[in-house]
Amino acid sequence: MWSLSNIAANIDLWLNEQVGATWAVVLEMVIAGVAVIGLFATLGLVLVIMERKVSAWMQIRLGPNRVGPKGMFQSLADTLKLLVKEGMTPGGADKLLFNVAPFVAMIVAMLLLAPLAFAKDFQLWDLNIGVLYISAVSSISVISILMAGWASNNKYSLLGAMRSGAQIVSYELSAGLAVLAIVVLTGSLRISDIIQAQENGWWLFKGHIPAIIAFIIFIIAVTAETNRAPFDMAEAESELTAGFHTEYSGMKFALFFLAEYANVFIVCAIGATLFLGGWMPFHIGNWTAFNGVMDWIPSSIWFFGKTFALIFLIMWFRWTFPRLRIDQLLNLEWKYLLPISMFNLLLVTLIAIMGWHF
Amino acid sequence: MFLKKYIQDIWGAVKSLATGMKRTGYYFTHHKEIITQQYPDNRDTLVLPERFKGEVVMIHDENNEHACTGCTACELACPNATIKIITKFDVDAETGKKKKAIDTFVYHLELCTMCNLCVEACPTGAIKMAQTFEHSVFDRSQLTKTLNKPGSKIRAGVE
Repeated sequence: MWSLSNIAANIDLWLNEQVGATWAVVLEMVIAGVAVIGLFATLGLVLVIMERKVSAWMQIRLGPNRVGPKGMFQSLADTLKLLVKEGMTPGGADKLLFNVAPFVAMIVAMLLLAPLAFAKDFQLWDLNIGVLYISAVSSISVISILMAGWASNNKYSLLGAMRSGAQIVSYELSAGLAVLAIVVLTGSLRISDIIQAQENGWWLFKGHIPAIIAFIIFIIAVTAETNRAPFDMAEAESELTAGFHTEYSGMKFALFFLAEYANVFIVCAIGATLFLGGWMPFHIGNWTAFNGVMDWIPSSIWFFGKTFALIFLIMWFRWTFPRLRIDQLLNLEWKYLLPISMFNLLLVTLIAIMGWHF
Repeated sequence: MFLKKYIQDIWGAVKSLATGMKRTGYYFTHHKEIITQQYPDNRDTLVLPERFKGEVVMIHDENNEHACTGCTACELACPNATIKIITKFDVDAETGKKKKAIDTFVYHLELCTMCNLCVEACPTGAIKMAQTFEHSVFDRSQLTKTLNKPGSKIRAGVE
């Protein structure tokens, strides 16, 4: 049957026959890199048009509707415009940091793709500390924002970067604790183990109410970590013009923009993997016929379906809720989310020890 | 007690956020609620809301008669001197009495903010807000308009 893992295995076999084991590994790395870049480019286009359409419909507007059928090529045209625009560097800026920052943002997003399982047996790097790796690497993204804000030599950029620093550092905590809840239930940090543990039901359903609370806290925390409304203090168009990327233009700005959407995809993919079973189809107990039909749907469709459902949820937040003030934001984290997630982690541990989950 | 308030806070927050999401979710799934007018395309069938305020016009009936007594209430109500009323004295042919009447109702569209205060100030309902909005012209002087039509006079009985 057709599947992504079959294609990957066939390419591996063919390369090994043609060029030998060493060169096969090198070529596979190149192919993986190109595939990741291709995925990001497609994601950028798809998510931008999705965001604009979703926001328009939620605000009783039509949204882009001129370029292509129903405006579907709007983001393509925008990308073309950004490609031909000049990438300016302001006079007083720190040239090196200013030019490196967008690439750091992009590299962090790319590194985070490595441990994600896109389909059954289709994963770039199944390392045994996958979840730890994700939370470690994702915290580097704040550095790119601080670099951009500091190097721009602009007070708005600096303010945006400082806010973003405070925000990401705080929300990392509750995101980590929410992820820990699933690690406690599974007993493993390996992504493939976590997915395998959800074969007979997703953790969101198996873990009772504590898993649902962990899921909600995770969604709130990652929304804050990706700097999206209602936590978009780092950009805050109405206060800081555009925050840390005020001074960026052309392709350098496009990289920040792309990194934002890539990060949204990645955190939603992580959420789908941890709480909704990744590529695992939806199974209900002993309903063999129903489970058979669910198994017939390819695993990659399951993964992308769940991920896009979560992305839609995050977009729904963005276009419904007003932006928080910085003190409200930190109050929410330190007075509400953190105590709740700590208490929740205790509950989850109790459930895991007593074996109360299904 | 503290814990009760804490939990009540969270419950209230979740509830109010869910209310907001329900509203936007409703709009997301009900595309017939979309209020965007695709203006140049639907110029012939354009429907404007009743409350839309485009410019001030004077109401004339089929006999070319209006209800403006020249009291200058609108001129006084206008916050940025958009309206200038030039009055004259009509002499009644039978009694020989002089009566104040309007000569020219000058309206500077280029100064108007469409605040509707003049319409509210008018005691006889002589002016109203029209729905026209395509006001672009090549010369600013074309925006200074005379609202009372030539040869028009006040309707009998309006004081």
